[in-house]
Amino acid sequence: MTDAGYIPESDQPSDTIIAELRSVSKHFGDVVAADNLNLSIRKGEFLSFLGPSGCGKTTALRMLAGFEAPTSGDVLLDSEVVNNLEAHRRPVNMVFQHYALFPHLTVEQNIGYGLRQQRPRLAKPVIAEKVRKTLELVRLDGFEKRRIWEMSGGQQQRVALARAIVNEPKLLLLDEPLAALDRKLRKEMQIELQNLQRSLGITFVLVTHDQEEALSMSDRICIMRDGRIVQIGSPRDLYDQPKNRYVAGFVGTSNFFDGKVSGTGRDHVSVTLAGGLILEGVAVGDIANGQDVCVSVRPEQIRLNRSPDKKEGFPVTVSNRIFLGEHTEYLVKHESLGEFLVLTPRQTELNDGPFNTGDTLLASWDPGAALILDRA
Amino acid sequence: MRLYAIFVYMFLYIPIGVIALFSFNAGRHASQLQGLSTKWYGIALSNPFVMDALETSLVVAFISATCASLFGTMAAVALQGIKGPVRTAFDALIYISVMIPGIVIGIATLIGLVTIFDQLNPLIVAIWPNGIEPPQLHMGFASLIAAHTLFLMALVIIIVRARLSGMDRSLTEASSDLYSTPFGTFRQVTLPLIFPAILAGFLLSFTFSFDDFIVAFFVAGSETTLPIYVFSSIRRGVTPEINAIGTMVMAVSLIMLVTAQILLRRGERRNK
Ligand SMILES: Nc1ncnc2c1ncn2[C@@H]1O[C@H](COP(=O)(O)OP(=O)(O)O)[C@@H](O)[C@H]1O
Ligand SMILES: [Mg+2]
Repeated sequence: MTDAGYIPESDQPSDTIIAELRSVSKHFGDVVAADNLNLSIRKGEFLSFLGPSGCGKTTALRMLAGFEAPTSGDVLLDSEVVNNLEAHRRPVNMVFQHYALFPHLTVEQNIGYGLRQQRPRLAKPVIAEKVRKTLELVRLDGFEKRRIWEMSGGQQQRVALARAIVNEPKLLLLDEPLAALDRKLRKEMQIELQNLQRSLGITFVLVTHDQEEALSMSDRICIMRDGRIVQIGSPRDLYDQPKNRYVAGFVGTSNFFDGKVSGTGRDHVSVTLAGGLILEGVAVGDIANGQDVCVSVRPEQIRLNRSPDKKEGFPVTVSNRIFLGEHTEYLVKHESLGEFLVLTPRQTELNDGPFNTGDTLLASWDPGAALILDRA
Repeated sequence: MRLYAIFVYMFLYIPIGVIALFSFNAGRHASQLQGLSTKWYGIALSNPFVMDALETSLVVAFISATCASLFGTMAAVALQGIKGPVRTAFDALIYISVMIPGIVIGIATLIGLVTIFDQLNPLIVAIWPNGIEPPQLHMGFASLIAAHTLFLMALVIIIVRARLSGMDRSLTEASSDLYSTPFGTFRQVTLPLIFPAILAGFLLSFTFSFDDFIVAFFVAGSETTLPIYVFSSIRRGVTPEINAIGTMVMAVSLIMLVTAQILLRRGERRNK
């Protein structure tokens, strides 16, 4: 696993749409688990649903798999409406959160299960060969005859993966597949999953509440909240152009300063904070004068400076310092802005000397680094 | 407290122990131990009446347990799929039928069957073609099996339901995700996983039917099962032969109960 080489990103995923959600809603009694979802899944892409627990990610996935029918709206596979097509008729496979491996079957029998259901029947040697190749692919050769309970968590995870990909599905759905693994294994599996996706060319749809997992593996991320899709985009788009405060907080970390829009220029917006301080920044969406907004500044875009003679920037005192190796994270306090995080590269410290707790410094950022976001 | 428990257990098990001990009596009286021997076992097993009754009991137990396992499993699987008040009602009825004393089931089945037979027999006579002797419905082999199947079904339902509800729902979902039809899923996933419970249900049912005296007493008609034979011989006096029969029945029952228990335990572990 650790020797997994890095497989470079293939050509851009094609523009063919393989699956689609059109105004899909799902109600469970009074609970609205999915609320007017609109989404096109492109052939060959790695798409993630990211959101906190209970926001409806699993429900969206289960509607694609065929375990739930939408209350309203349409689910399309290959341009055909499949709302009421049963799961066993869909060319889609799922890796379940707790793997759902069959305890009464061996590893080999588990992986061959989907192939054995196909009609007309596949010849035994064909099945055996496919199973063998897939076992090799997930590096489990030699484990054919093992029972599921004789396998470790990481191995079970790979059996579950093999059981799905051996069928070459049009869509591979993964529900928090790495949640049960320990941190180190999770890292390795992230790389392995990404490599598998690229080498097989299968479309992956992954559900996770772990932003790092979504950011590191996905071509596109679909941010969800309370059954709704908030924003869809590449990890970079979401990081640089978050639609609102919720997205900015979910994708990476950021500092937020609440205020009201007091002036809109051609490319800069000024925001008056509660303490009377005025911050400049760029608006991401439509921002109106007088609107309640927040100014978001990423910790790594803030500079700390020792020279007190310079007038630009905000005078701050260092209240905490965490050494992270190549970076250092400072918690600094400004009398009007309050406390916020700053991430500085090692080079700054080498140039300007280490900043200690209690030091008074100047914090500054480019106006372009400050994003004016809807406060939702 | 512990002393009290010891007394309770002694009260329960000493008579059974005494029966087992006296079945090895060399003498001919049930109340006097005169040396040990297995001769009464030989006498019991060569008594044609005993062997006849044993055969009836075994056949009834086997057929009843088979039917109860089959129908009970079907009912359990069906009940698993429904929710709401219907399910609550069924659950309540099933538990009630397990807790009702055997004598009530015996009398109720007798009255029920007699009423039905009284209605049906004239009807059969009426529709039967002239010249051929019309058959008469009466108590006997079939009514005995029907009564046993009925009350054993509840037992099987409870055992199989416990296993079904302990089974991870995502296993059947995974199976249908892997292109298996609902029936295919039942055959390839559900059935193998609940099979130990079904087998345990079968063994328990077999034991209960084999041991049953009360229900059989009411509905067996002219058939003689082993417990009925023992009951009628006791009226002519308890001999060591009866003790030998009792001990053999008990041994067979114990073996089946222990096997059932092992099956249930092992299934539980595997489903984890
Ligand atoms: N079968 C169901 N019956 C009732 N409520 C459900 C069911 N499945 C999901 N929900 C509810 O729908 C909401 C979304 O659930 P889910 O899709 O599992 O969220 P997530 O996977 O993002 O944690 C939750 O409030 C959950 O309680
Ligand atoms: Mg979930």
